[in-house]
Amino acid sequence: MTDGLALWGAVVLPFGLLLVATTAASLSAALGSAAAGRAVPVRTVLQPVQEAARLLVVRRRRTQHPDALLWRLGGGTLFVTAVLAAAVVPIGDAPVLRSEVGVVWFNAAETLLWAALWLTGWGGNSVAGLIGGYRFLAQALAYELPMMLALITAALGAGSLDVVQVAAAQEDLWFVVWMPVAFVVFLVAALALSFWGPFSQPAGSDAAGGVLAELSGVDRLVVLVGRYAWLAAAAGMSVPLFLGGGAGPLLPSWLWWLAKTLAVLAALVWVRWRWPVVRVDRFEEIAWVVLLPAIVVQALVVSLVVI
Amino acid sequence: MELVLAVAFGIVAVAAAVAVFVVDSMARATYALLVSFLAVAAELVLLGSAYLGVLTVLMMTVEMAVMGVFMIMYMMNPAGLMPMSMVHNKRGALSIAIGTFVVLGAGALLVPWPSRTGEPPAELTRALGFSLMGEHMLAMIVIGVALLATMISAVLLATDRGRYDRYGDELERDTPRDPVAGGVGR
Amino acid sequence: MSLDLFLLIAAALFSVGLYGALSQQSVVMIMMGLELMVNGVMLAGGAYWWFVAPASLDGQVLVLVALVVMAVEMAMGFAVTTAIFRARDVDLTDSAADLRG
Repeated sequence: MTDGLALWGAVVLPFGLLLVATTAASLSAALGSAAAGRAVPVRTVLQPVQEAARLLVVRRRRTQHPDALLWRLGGGTLFVTAVLAAAVVPIGDAPVLRSEVGVVWFNAAETLLWAALWLTGWGGNSVAGLIGGYRFLAQALAYELPMMLALITAALGAGSLDVVQVAAAQEDLWFVVWMPVAFVVFLVAALALSFWGPFSQPAGSDAAGGVLAELSGVDRLVVLVGRYAWLAAAAGMSVPLFLGGGAGPLLPSWLWWLAKTLAVLAALVWVRWRWPVVRVDRFEEIAWVVLLPAIVVQALVVSLVVI
Repeated sequence: MELVLAVAFGIVAVAAAVAVFVVDSMARATYALLVSFLAVAAELVLLGSAYLGVLTVLMMTVEMAVMGVFMIMYMMNPAGLMPMSMVHNKRGALSIAIGTFVVLGAGALLVPWPSRTGEPPAELTRALGFSLMGEHMLAMIVIGVALLATMISAVLLATDRGRYDRYGDELERDTPRDPVAGGVGR
Repeated sequence: MSLDLFLLIAAALFSVGLYGALSQQSVVMIMMGLELMVNGVMLAGGAYWWFVAPASLDGQVLVLVALVVMAVEMAMGFAVTTAIFRARDVDLTDSAADLRG
Protein backbone atom coordinates (compact mmCIF):
# COMPACT_ATOMS: atom_id res chain seq x y z
CA MET A 1 0.00 0.00 0.00
CA THR A 2 1.40 3.38 -0.97
CA ASP A 3 1.51 6.41 1.23
CA GLY A 4 0.08 9.79 0.25
CA LEU A 5 1.09 11.23 -3.09
CA ALA A 6 3.98 13.69 -3.19
CA LEU A 7 3.68 17.45 -2.98
CA TRP A 8 2.84 17.76 -6.68
CA GLY A 9 -0.41 15.98 -5.91
CA ALA A 10 -1.52 18.90 -3.76
CA VAL A 11 -0.78 21.29 -6.66
CA VAL A 12 -2.60 19.18 -9.25
CA LEU A 13 -5.60 18.29 -7.06
CA PRO A 14 -7.52 21.61 -7.34
CA PHE A 15 -7.20 21.54 -11.12
CA GLY A 16 -8.26 17.91 -11.33
CA LEU A 17 -11.25 18.66 -9.16
CA LEU A 18 -12.06 21.65 -11.36
CA LEU A 19 -11.93 19.41 -14.42
CA VAL A 20 -14.32 16.83 -12.94
CA ALA A 21 -16.60 19.64 -11.73
CA THR A 22 -16.67 21.16 -15.22
CA THR A 23 -17.58 17.76 -16.64
CA ALA A 24 -20.51 17.63 -14.24
CA ALA A 25 -21.60 21.13 -15.28
CA SER A 26 -21.39 20.21 -18.99
CA LEU A 27 -23.42 17.07 -18.42
CA SER A 28 -25.98 19.06 -16.48
CA ALA A 29 -26.26 21.58 -19.31
CA ALA A 30 -26.77 18.82 -21.86
CA LEU A 31 -29.32 16.96 -19.73
CA GLY A 32 -31.11 20.22 -19.04
CA SER A 33 -31.50 20.94 -22.74
CA ALA A 34 -32.73 17.42 -23.33
CA ALA A 35 -35.21 17.67 -20.45
CA ALA A 36 -36.56 20.91 -21.88
CA GLY A 37 -37.16 19.13 -25.18
CA ARG A 38 -34.54 21.13 -27.08
CA ALA A 39 -32.03 19.63 -29.46
CA VAL A 40 -28.65 18.99 -27.84
CA PRO A 41 -25.90 20.05 -30.22
CA VAL A 42 -22.33 19.20 -29.28
CA ARG A 43 -21.56 22.78 -28.34
CA THR A 44 -23.96 22.52 -25.38
CA VAL A 45 -21.15 20.93 -23.37
CA LEU A 46 -19.20 24.18 -23.75
CA GLN A 47 -22.00 26.15 -22.09
CA PRO A 48 -20.45 26.11 -18.58
CA VAL A 49 -17.14 27.40 -19.97
CA GLN A 50 -18.92 30.20 -21.81
CA GLU A 51 -20.91 31.04 -18.70
CA ALA A 52 -17.72 31.09 -16.62
CA ALA A 53 -16.05 33.43 -19.10
CA ARG A 54 -19.11 35.69 -19.03
CA LEU A 55 -19.15 35.79 -15.23
CA LEU A 56 -15.44 36.64 -15.21
CA VAL A 57 -15.85 39.79 -17.26
CA VAL A 58 -19.30 40.96 -16.18
CA ARG A 59 -19.48 43.79 -13.69
CA ARG A 60 -20.59 42.89 -10.16
CA ARG A 61 -23.85 44.17 -8.73
CA ARG A 62 -23.64 45.95 -5.42
CA THR A 63 -25.99 45.70 -2.48
CA GLN A 64 -26.48 48.19 0.32
CA HIS A 65 -24.20 47.66 3.35
CA PRO A 66 -22.99 44.18 2.48
CA ASP A 67 -20.67 42.46 4.95
CA ALA A 68 -18.14 41.99 2.16
CA LEU A 69 -15.54 40.21 4.29
CA LEU A 70 -17.89 37.47 5.47
CA TRP A 71 -19.56 37.27 2.05
CA ARG A 72 -16.33 36.58 0.16
CA LEU A 73 -15.09 34.31 2.95
CA GLY A 74 -18.24 32.20 2.73
CA GLY A 75 -18.11 31.90 -1.05
CA GLY A 76 -14.42 31.02 -1.14
CA THR A 77 -14.75 28.45 1.64
CA LEU A 78 -16.93 26.27 -0.61
CA PHE A 79 -14.22 25.43 -3.11
CA VAL A 80 -11.42 25.32 -0.52
CA THR A 81 -13.28 22.79 1.62
CA ALA A 82 -14.12 20.76 -1.49
CA VAL A 83 -10.39 20.51 -2.23
CA LEU A 84 -9.67 19.60 1.41
CA ALA A 85 -12.33 16.88 1.29
CA ALA A 86 -11.01 15.54 -2.02
CA ALA A 87 -7.50 15.42 -0.54
CA VAL A 88 -8.27 12.28 1.47
CA VAL A 89 -10.01 10.49 -1.43
CA PRO A 90 -7.68 7.83 -2.82
CA ILE A 91 -7.16 8.45 -6.55
CA GLY A 92 -6.88 4.75 -7.27
CA ASP A 93 -4.57 3.59 -4.49
CA ALA A 94 -3.17 6.72 -2.91
CA PRO A 95 -4.80 9.94 -1.74
CA VAL A 96 -3.02 13.28 -1.77
CA LEU A 97 -3.20 13.31 2.02
CA ARG A 98 -3.05 9.97 3.78
CA SER A 99 -4.61 10.30 7.22
CA GLU A 100 -5.56 7.70 9.79
CA VAL A 101 -8.74 9.74 10.39
CA GLY A 102 -9.58 10.37 6.73
CA VAL A 103 -13.30 9.62 7.11
CA VAL A 104 -13.67 12.12 9.95
CA TRP A 105 -11.57 14.61 7.98
CA PHE A 106 -14.03 14.43 5.07
CA ASN A 107 -16.90 14.94 7.49
CA ALA A 108 -15.20 17.92 9.13
CA ALA A 109 -14.57 19.56 5.75
CA GLU A 110 -18.23 19.03 4.96
CA THR A 111 -19.43 20.69 8.17
CA LEU A 112 -17.56 23.85 7.13
CA LEU A 113 -20.26 24.11 4.47
CA TRP A 114 -22.73 25.02 7.22
CA ALA A 115 -20.69 28.13 7.89
CA ALA A 116 -19.90 28.81 4.22
CA LEU A 117 -23.48 28.72 2.95
CA TRP A 118 -24.90 30.72 5.83
CA LEU A 119 -22.21 33.38 5.42
CA THR A 120 -22.89 33.52 1.69
CA GLY A 121 -26.54 34.14 2.45
CA TRP A 122 -25.84 36.62 5.25
CA GLY A 123 -23.09 38.67 3.61
CA GLY A 124 -25.16 40.20 0.85
CA ASN A 125 -27.51 41.92 3.31
CA SER A 126 -30.53 40.81 1.33
CA VAL A 127 -33.69 39.01 2.42
CA ALA A 128 -33.59 36.36 -0.29
CA GLY A 129 -29.99 35.48 0.47
CA LEU A 130 -30.62 35.23 4.20
CA ILE A 131 -33.64 32.98 3.64
CA GLY A 132 -31.45 30.74 1.50
CA GLY A 133 -28.78 30.63 4.20
CA TYR A 134 -31.27 29.66 6.90
CA ARG A 135 -32.80 27.06 4.61
CA PHE A 136 -29.40 25.48 4.11
CA LEU A 137 -28.84 25.34 7.87
CA ALA A 138 -32.17 23.57 8.30
CA GLN A 139 -31.31 21.18 5.49
CA ALA A 140 -27.89 20.54 6.99
CA LEU A 141 -29.51 19.75 10.32
CA ALA A 142 -31.50 17.09 8.48
CA TYR A 143 -28.84 15.40 6.36
CA GLU A 144 -25.85 15.70 8.70
CA LEU A 145 -26.62 12.89 11.17
CA PRO A 146 -27.69 10.31 8.56
CA MET A 147 -24.55 11.17 6.60
CA MET A 148 -22.29 10.82 9.65
CA LEU A 149 -23.80 7.42 10.35
CA ALA A 150 -23.37 6.38 6.70
CA LEU A 151 -19.67 7.31 6.89
CA ILE A 152 -19.34 5.50 10.20
CA THR A 153 -21.04 2.40 8.79
CA ALA A 154 -18.48 2.12 6.01
CA ALA A 155 -15.63 2.72 8.48
CA LEU A 156 -17.16 0.13 10.79
CA GLY A 157 -17.21 -2.49 8.03
CA ALA A 158 -13.52 -1.91 7.40
CA GLY A 159 -12.53 -1.41 11.04
CA SER A 160 -10.61 1.73 10.16
CA LEU A 161 -11.12 5.47 9.69
CA ASP A 162 -8.42 5.47 7.00
CA VAL A 163 -10.11 5.81 3.60
CA VAL A 164 -7.37 3.74 1.93
CA GLN A 165 -8.03 0.86 4.31
CA VAL A 166 -11.79 1.22 3.85
CA ALA A 167 -11.27 0.79 0.10
CA ALA A 168 -8.86 -2.12 0.67
CA ALA A 169 -11.38 -3.91 2.90
CA GLN A 170 -13.71 -4.30 -0.08
CA GLU A 171 -11.43 -6.61 -2.04
CA ASP A 172 -13.86 -9.51 -1.76
CA LEU A 173 -17.20 -7.75 -1.60
CA TRP A 174 -18.11 -4.14 -2.29
CA PHE A 175 -19.73 -2.43 0.66
CA VAL A 176 -22.62 -1.30 -1.54
CA VAL A 177 -23.77 -4.94 -1.68
CA TRP A 178 -24.27 -5.38 2.05
CA MET A 179 -24.69 -1.71 3.05
CA PRO A 180 -27.17 -0.52 0.43
CA VAL A 181 -28.99 1.77 2.87
CA ALA A 182 -25.75 3.51 3.84
CA PHE A 183 -24.90 4.01 0.17
CA VAL A 184 -28.29 5.52 -0.65
CA VAL A 185 -28.16 7.77 2.42
CA PHE A 186 -24.68 8.93 1.44
CA LEU A 187 -25.88 9.81 -2.05
CA VAL A 188 -28.89 11.68 -0.64
CA ALA A 189 -26.52 13.59 1.63
CA ALA A 190 -24.23 14.28 -1.33
CA LEU A 191 -27.16 15.89 -3.15
CA ALA A 192 -28.23 17.79 -0.04
CA LEU A 193 -24.79 19.11 0.90
CA SER A 194 -24.27 20.57 -2.57
CA PHE A 195 -27.89 21.90 -2.46
CA TRP A 196 -28.44 20.18 -5.75
CA GLY A 197 -31.49 18.83 -7.55
CA PRO A 198 -34.24 17.80 -5.14
CA PHE A 199 -32.45 19.61 -2.33
CA SER A 200 -31.84 22.89 -4.13
CA GLN A 201 -34.36 24.84 -2.09
CA PRO A 202 -31.61 26.90 -0.36
CA ALA A 203 -31.01 28.31 -3.84
CA GLY A 204 -34.66 27.96 -4.84
CA SER A 205 -36.35 30.21 -7.36
CA ASP A 206 -39.21 30.74 -4.87
CA ALA A 207 -36.78 32.88 -2.87
CA ALA A 208 -35.36 34.64 -5.95
CA GLY A 209 -32.36 32.32 -5.99
CA GLY A 210 -31.78 32.04 -2.22
CA VAL A 211 -28.08 32.04 -1.36
CA LEU A 212 -27.28 32.81 -4.99
CA ALA A 213 -29.70 35.74 -5.17
CA GLU A 214 -27.32 38.65 -4.82
CA LEU A 215 -24.21 36.96 -6.15
CA SER A 216 -22.96 38.25 -9.46
CA GLY A 217 -19.81 38.25 -11.54
CA VAL A 218 -16.77 36.54 -10.07
CA ASP A 219 -18.47 35.98 -6.71
CA ARG A 220 -21.20 33.95 -8.37
CA LEU A 221 -18.64 31.99 -10.40
CA VAL A 222 -16.69 31.10 -7.24
CA VAL A 223 -19.79 29.82 -5.45
CA LEU A 224 -21.05 27.83 -8.46
CA VAL A 225 -17.62 26.27 -8.97
CA GLY A 226 -17.54 25.36 -5.28
CA ARG A 227 -20.95 23.73 -5.56
CA TYR A 228 -19.96 21.57 -8.54
CA ALA A 229 -16.63 20.79 -6.87
CA TRP A 230 -18.48 19.49 -3.78
CA LEU A 231 -20.72 17.38 -5.97
CA ALA A 232 -17.60 15.93 -7.59
CA ALA A 233 -15.79 15.43 -4.26
CA ALA A 234 -18.79 13.63 -2.74
CA ALA A 235 -19.10 11.39 -5.80
CA GLY A 236 -15.36 10.70 -5.61
CA MET A 237 -15.65 9.81 -1.92
CA SER A 238 -18.53 7.38 -2.49
CA VAL A 239 -16.24 5.20 -4.63
CA PRO A 240 -13.65 4.23 -1.97
CA LEU A 241 -16.39 4.07 0.68
CA PHE A 242 -18.87 1.79 -1.07
CA LEU A 243 -17.77 0.89 -4.62
CA GLY A 244 -14.45 -0.85 -4.00
CA GLY A 245 -12.19 2.15 -4.70
CA GLY A 246 -9.85 1.49 -7.63
CA ALA A 247 -10.55 -2.24 -7.80
CA GLY A 248 -11.26 -3.61 -11.27
CA PRO A 249 -9.75 -5.83 -13.97
CA LEU A 250 -7.16 -4.85 -16.59
CA LEU A 251 -7.22 -1.04 -16.31
CA PRO A 252 -5.02 0.83 -13.80
CA SER A 253 -6.70 1.59 -10.51
CA TRP A 254 -6.88 5.38 -10.95
CA LEU A 255 -8.78 4.91 -14.20
CA TRP A 256 -11.27 2.60 -12.50
CA TRP A 257 -11.70 5.14 -9.73
CA LEU A 258 -12.31 7.86 -12.29
CA ALA A 259 -14.81 5.76 -14.25
CA LYS A 260 -16.82 4.90 -11.11
CA THR A 261 -16.69 8.52 -9.91
CA LEU A 262 -18.00 9.81 -13.23
CA ALA A 263 -20.77 7.20 -13.19
CA VAL A 264 -21.91 8.28 -9.69
CA LEU A 265 -21.59 11.94 -10.70
CA ALA A 266 -23.69 11.35 -13.81
CA ALA A 267 -26.39 9.73 -11.68
CA LEU A 268 -26.36 12.68 -9.26
CA VAL A 269 -26.62 15.17 -12.14
CA TRP A 270 -29.37 13.13 -13.81
CA VAL A 271 -31.44 13.25 -10.63
CA ARG A 272 -31.56 17.04 -10.86
CA TRP A 273 -33.56 16.98 -14.08
CA ARG A 274 -35.84 14.14 -13.07
CA TRP A 275 -36.93 14.77 -9.48
CA PRO A 276 -38.96 17.63 -8.05
CA VAL A 277 -37.57 19.84 -5.31
CA VAL A 278 -38.26 18.68 -1.74
CA ARG A 279 -39.19 21.46 0.65
CA VAL A 280 -36.72 21.81 3.51
CA ASP A 281 -39.33 21.48 6.26
CA ARG A 282 -40.59 18.25 4.69
CA PHE A 283 -37.09 16.84 4.21
CA GLU A 284 -36.42 17.63 7.87
CA GLU A 285 -39.02 15.15 9.06
CA ILE A 286 -38.20 12.60 6.37
CA ALA A 287 -34.55 12.69 7.42
CA TRP A 288 -35.22 12.30 11.14
CA VAL A 289 -38.12 9.88 10.99
CA VAL A 290 -37.16 7.70 8.00
CA LEU A 291 -33.49 8.06 7.08
CA LEU A 292 -32.05 8.17 10.58
CA PRO A 293 -33.72 4.99 11.94
CA ALA A 294 -32.94 3.21 8.67
CA ILE A 295 -29.25 4.04 8.83
CA VAL A 296 -29.05 3.20 12.54
CA VAL A 297 -30.46 -0.26 11.78
CA GLN A 298 -27.97 -0.56 8.92
CA ALA A 299 -25.09 0.34 11.25
CA LEU A 300 -26.38 -2.19 13.77
CA VAL A 301 -26.49 -4.95 11.15
CA VAL A 302 -22.97 -4.11 10.02
CA SER A 303 -21.61 -4.10 13.55
CA LEU A 304 -23.23 -7.48 14.24
CA VAL A 305 -21.64 -8.89 11.08
CA VAL A 306 -18.26 -7.43 12.02
CA ILE A 307 -18.40 -8.92 15.50
CA MET B 1 8.77 24.92 10.96
CA GLU B 2 6.51 23.38 13.55
CA LEU B 3 7.43 26.12 16.01
CA VAL B 4 6.54 28.80 13.46
CA LEU B 5 3.19 27.13 12.79
CA ALA B 6 2.48 26.71 16.50
CA VAL B 7 3.20 30.39 17.21
CA ALA B 8 1.21 31.51 14.15
CA PHE B 9 -1.85 29.46 15.06
CA GLY B 10 -1.54 30.64 18.65
CA ILE B 11 -1.55 34.28 17.59
CA VAL B 12 -4.54 33.64 15.32
CA ALA B 13 -6.41 31.88 18.13
CA VAL B 14 -5.88 34.67 20.66
CA ALA B 15 -6.45 37.48 18.15
CA ALA B 16 -9.73 35.92 17.01
CA ALA B 17 -10.72 35.42 20.67
CA VAL B 18 -10.17 39.14 21.34
CA ALA B 19 -12.07 39.99 18.16
CA VAL B 20 -15.13 38.16 19.52
CA PHE B 21 -15.65 40.87 22.12
CA VAL B 22 -14.47 43.79 19.98
CA VAL B 23 -16.46 43.58 16.75
CA ASP B 24 -19.98 44.99 16.59
CA SER B 25 -21.55 42.51 14.20
CA MET B 26 -22.89 39.37 15.86
CA ALA B 27 -22.20 37.34 12.74
CA ARG B 28 -18.58 38.45 12.83
CA ALA B 29 -18.31 37.71 16.56
CA THR B 30 -19.64 34.17 16.07
CA TYR B 31 -17.33 33.40 13.21
CA ALA B 32 -14.35 35.00 14.94
CA LEU B 33 -14.98 32.48 17.71
CA LEU B 34 -15.03 29.74 15.07
CA VAL B 35 -11.66 30.94 13.74
CA SER B 36 -10.29 30.71 17.29
CA PHE B 37 -11.54 27.13 17.57
CA LEU B 38 -10.12 26.18 14.17
CA ALA B 39 -6.72 27.57 15.19
CA VAL B 40 -6.79 25.52 18.41
CA ALA B 41 -7.80 22.47 16.36
CA ALA B 42 -4.74 23.06 14.18
CA GLU B 43 -2.61 23.24 17.35
CA LEU B 44 -4.06 19.92 18.48
CA VAL B 45 -3.11 18.36 15.14
CA LEU B 46 0.41 19.78 15.59
CA LEU B 47 0.42 18.15 19.03
CA GLY B 48 -0.10 14.75 17.47
CA SER B 49 -3.82 14.47 18.25
CA ALA B 50 -5.15 14.29 14.70
CA TYR B 51 -8.46 12.74 15.73
CA LEU B 52 -9.22 15.28 18.45
CA GLY B 53 -8.21 18.15 16.18
CA VAL B 54 -10.46 17.06 13.32
CA LEU B 55 -13.26 16.30 15.77
CA THR B 56 -12.93 19.82 17.17
CA VAL B 57 -13.31 21.27 13.67
CA LEU B 58 -16.39 19.12 13.07
CA MET B 59 -18.15 19.89 16.34
CA MET B 60 -17.28 23.55 16.62
CA THR B 61 -18.25 24.44 13.05
CA VAL B 62 -21.70 22.99 13.54
CA GLU B 63 -21.97 24.56 16.97
CA MET B 64 -20.99 28.00 15.73
CA ALA B 65 -23.34 27.80 12.74
CA VAL B 66 -26.21 27.06 15.12
CA MET B 67 -24.96 29.65 17.59
CA GLY B 68 -25.04 32.27 14.83
CA VAL B 69 -28.75 31.63 14.38
CA PHE B 70 -29.44 32.18 18.08
CA MET B 71 -27.24 35.27 18.17
CA ILE B 72 -29.15 36.87 15.33
CA MET B 73 -32.44 35.77 16.89
CA TYR B 74 -31.91 37.19 20.38
CA MET B 75 -29.51 40.10 20.12
CA MET B 76 -30.49 43.65 19.43
CA ASN B 77 -28.57 45.09 16.51
CA PRO B 78 -27.32 41.76 15.10
CA ALA B 79 -25.51 43.16 12.09
CA GLY B 80 -23.66 45.78 14.11
CA LEU B 81 -24.83 48.59 11.88
CA MET B 82 -25.49 50.71 14.98
CA PRO B 83 -22.52 50.17 17.32
CA MET B 84 -23.56 49.88 20.97
CA SER B 85 -21.97 48.74 24.18
CA MET B 86 -23.45 45.74 25.97
CA VAL B 87 -21.09 45.29 28.90
CA HIS B 88 -21.20 45.82 32.62
CA ASN B 89 -18.34 46.33 35.05
CA LYS B 90 -15.83 46.45 32.23
CA ARG B 91 -12.94 47.67 34.34
CA GLY B 92 -13.38 45.04 37.04
CA ALA B 93 -13.72 42.25 34.48
CA LEU B 94 -10.64 43.47 32.63
CA SER B 95 -8.50 43.59 35.77
CA ILE B 96 -9.65 40.14 36.89
CA ALA B 97 -8.90 38.73 33.41
CA ILE B 98 -5.45 40.32 33.27
CA GLY B 99 -4.72 39.13 36.79
CA THR B 100 -5.74 35.59 35.81
CA PHE B 101 -3.51 35.74 32.76
CA VAL B 102 -0.53 36.93 34.80
CA VAL B 103 -0.98 34.17 37.38
CA LEU B 104 -1.55 31.43 34.81
CA GLY B 105 1.20 32.70 32.54
CA ALA B 106 3.68 32.92 35.40
CA GLY B 107 2.72 29.39 36.38
CA ALA B 108 3.23 28.18 32.82
CA LEU B 109 6.68 29.74 32.61
CA LEU B 110 8.00 29.25 36.15
CA VAL B 111 6.80 25.83 37.24
CA PRO B 112 9.40 23.17 36.43
CA TRP B 113 7.21 20.85 34.35
CA PRO B 114 8.14 17.17 34.37
CA SER B 115 9.97 15.96 31.31
CA ARG B 116 8.42 13.73 28.71
CA THR B 117 8.07 10.05 29.53
CA GLY B 118 7.02 7.39 27.07
CA GLU B 119 5.88 7.61 23.48
CA PRO B 120 2.34 7.91 22.07
CA PRO B 121 0.87 4.62 20.84
CA ALA B 122 1.44 3.86 17.16
CA GLU B 123 -2.24 3.92 16.19
CA LEU B 124 -3.46 6.67 18.48
CA THR B 125 -7.08 6.83 17.32
CA ARG B 126 -7.52 3.07 17.69
CA ALA B 127 -5.85 3.16 21.10
CA LEU B 128 -8.14 6.01 22.18
CA GLY B 129 -11.16 4.04 21.09
CA PHE B 130 -10.05 0.96 22.99
CA SER B 131 -9.26 2.97 26.11
CA LEU B 132 -12.69 4.65 25.98
CA MET B 133 -14.29 1.22 25.74
CA GLY B 134 -11.91 -0.20 28.34
CA GLU B 135 -10.14 1.56 31.17
CA HIS B 136 -11.97 4.86 30.59
CA MET B 137 -15.38 3.23 30.27
CA LEU B 138 -16.64 5.34 33.16
CA ALA B 139 -15.90 8.55 31.27
CA MET B 140 -17.74 7.19 28.24
CA ILE B 141 -20.77 6.20 30.31
CA VAL B 142 -20.90 9.62 31.99
CA ILE B 143 -20.59 11.39 28.63
CA GLY B 144 -23.37 9.30 27.16
CA VAL B 145 -25.79 9.82 30.05
CA ALA B 146 -24.94 13.53 30.28
CA LEU B 147 -25.61 14.03 26.58
CA LEU B 148 -28.92 12.16 26.76
CA ALA B 149 -30.00 14.19 29.79
CA THR B 150 -28.97 17.38 27.97
CA MET B 151 -30.98 16.51 24.89
CA ILE B 152 -34.12 15.79 26.88
CA SER B 153 -33.91 18.76 29.22
CA ALA B 154 -32.89 21.22 26.49
CA VAL B 155 -35.88 20.27 24.37
CA LEU B 156 -38.12 20.39 27.43
CA LEU B 157 -36.90 23.89 28.37
CA ALA B 158 -36.95 25.33 24.89
CA THR B 159 -40.33 24.14 23.66
CA ASP B 160 -43.60 25.71 24.77
CA ARG B 161 -45.84 23.08 23.21
CA GLY B 162 -46.74 19.82 24.89
CA ARG B 163 -48.85 16.92 23.75
CA TYR B 164 -52.09 18.64 24.81
CA ASP B 165 -51.28 21.47 22.41
CA ARG B 166 -50.62 19.01 19.65
CA TYR B 167 -53.39 16.45 20.19
CA GLY B 168 -56.07 18.56 21.92
CA ASP B 169 -57.19 18.75 25.54
CA GLU B 170 -58.53 15.20 25.55
CA LEU B 171 -55.75 13.96 23.29
CA GLU B 172 -58.58 13.35 20.85
CA ARG B 173 -56.89 14.18 17.54
CA ASP B 174 -55.41 11.39 15.45
CA THR B 175 -52.93 13.66 13.70
CA PRO B 176 -51.13 16.33 15.73
CA ARG B 177 -51.71 19.97 14.90
CA ASP B 178 -48.25 21.39 14.28
CA PRO B 179 -47.24 24.78 12.90
CA VAL B 180 -45.14 22.95 10.30
CA ALA B 181 -46.58 19.84 8.75
CA GLY B 182 -43.45 17.79 8.06
CA GLY B 183 -42.88 15.41 5.22
CA VAL B 184 -44.02 11.98 6.35
CA GLY B 185 -47.68 12.88 6.07
CA ARG B 186 -48.78 12.18 9.62
CA MET C 1 7.87 23.63 20.39
CA SER C 2 7.67 23.56 24.14
CA LEU C 3 5.00 23.10 26.77
CA ASP C 4 5.46 26.70 28.02
CA LEU C 5 4.42 28.17 24.68
CA PHE C 6 1.17 26.20 24.48
CA LEU C 7 0.29 26.85 28.11
CA LEU C 8 0.84 30.57 27.53
CA ILE C 9 -1.53 30.53 24.54
CA ALA C 10 -4.05 28.53 26.58
CA ALA C 11 -3.77 31.01 29.46
CA ALA C 12 -4.38 33.89 27.06
CA LEU C 13 -7.47 32.19 25.61
CA PHE C 14 -8.77 31.41 29.09
CA SER C 15 -8.29 35.00 30.26
CA VAL C 16 -9.96 36.52 27.22
CA GLY C 17 -12.87 34.15 27.74
CA LEU C 18 -13.02 35.06 31.42
CA TYR C 19 -13.17 38.74 30.54
CA GLY C 20 -16.06 38.06 28.18
CA ALA C 21 -17.96 35.90 30.64
CA LEU C 22 -17.64 38.52 33.37
CA SER C 23 -18.28 41.67 31.39
CA GLN C 24 -20.91 40.79 28.80
CA GLN C 25 -24.57 41.39 29.50
CA SER C 26 -26.14 39.20 26.86
CA VAL C 27 -26.49 35.52 27.74
CA VAL C 28 -25.31 34.49 24.29
CA MET C 29 -22.13 36.57 24.59
CA ILE C 30 -21.46 35.16 28.06
CA MET C 31 -21.65 31.69 26.56
CA MET C 32 -19.09 32.67 23.95
CA GLY C 33 -16.80 33.68 26.80
CA LEU C 34 -17.34 30.34 28.53
CA GLU C 35 -16.61 28.49 25.30
CA LEU C 36 -13.34 30.38 24.92
CA MET C 37 -12.36 29.34 28.46
CA VAL C 38 -13.03 25.68 27.66
CA ASN C 39 -11.11 26.21 24.42
CA GLY C 40 -8.07 27.17 26.49
CA VAL C 41 -8.57 24.12 28.71
CA MET C 42 -8.63 21.88 25.63
CA LEU C 43 -5.40 23.32 24.30
CA ALA C 44 -3.71 22.98 27.70
CA GLY C 45 -4.93 19.39 28.02
CA GLY C 46 -3.65 18.46 24.57
CA ALA C 47 -0.30 20.09 25.28
CA TYR C 48 0.10 18.32 28.66
CA TRP C 49 -0.67 15.00 27.03
CA TRP C 50 1.90 15.49 24.28
CA PHE C 51 4.72 16.97 26.35
CA VAL C 52 4.37 15.10 29.66
CA ALA C 53 2.67 11.72 29.36
CA PRO C 54 1.95 10.71 25.76
CA ALA C 55 2.02 7.01 26.64
CA SER C 56 -1.16 7.08 28.70
CA LEU C 57 -4.38 8.27 27.09
CA ASP C 58 -5.78 10.20 30.07
CA GLY C 59 -4.97 13.54 28.42
CA GLN C 60 -6.82 12.58 25.26
CA VAL C 61 -9.89 11.55 27.24
CA LEU C 62 -9.73 14.85 29.13
CA VAL C 63 -9.84 16.85 25.89
CA LEU C 64 -12.76 14.72 24.72
CA VAL C 65 -14.61 15.45 27.97
CA ALA C 66 -13.91 19.18 27.51
CA LEU C 67 -15.45 18.99 24.03
CA VAL C 68 -18.55 17.34 25.46
CA VAL C 69 -18.74 19.96 28.21
CA MET C 70 -18.80 22.60 25.53
CA ALA C 71 -21.63 20.90 23.64
CA VAL C 72 -23.67 20.44 26.83
CA GLU C 73 -23.05 24.02 27.91
CA MET C 74 -24.23 25.37 24.61
CA ALA C 75 -27.35 23.21 24.40
CA MET C 76 -28.45 24.05 27.94
CA GLY C 77 -27.47 27.70 27.59
CA PHE C 78 -29.63 28.18 24.52
CA ALA C 79 -32.49 26.22 26.05
CA VAL C 80 -32.48 28.49 29.11
CA THR C 81 -32.13 31.60 26.95
CA THR C 82 -35.06 30.48 24.85
CA ALA C 83 -37.15 29.80 27.94
CA ILE C 84 -36.35 33.22 29.45
CA PHE C 85 -36.91 34.95 26.13
CA ARG C 86 -40.30 33.31 25.76
CA ALA C 87 -41.34 34.25 29.29
CA ARG C 88 -40.28 37.90 29.36
CA ASP C 89 -38.64 38.92 26.09
CA VAL C 90 -35.18 39.59 27.49
CA ASP C 91 -31.77 38.16 26.78
CA LEU C 92 -29.75 40.13 29.34
CA THR C 93 -28.53 38.62 32.58
CA ASP C 94 -29.18 41.88 34.43
CA SER C 95 -32.91 41.55 33.72
CA ALA C 96 -33.01 37.98 34.98
CA ALA C 97 -31.59 38.52 38.45
CA ASP C 98 -34.70 37.51 40.44
CA LEU C 99 -32.85 34.89 42.44
CA ARG C 100 -30.15 37.29 43.62
CA GLY C 101 -29.89 36.80 47.38
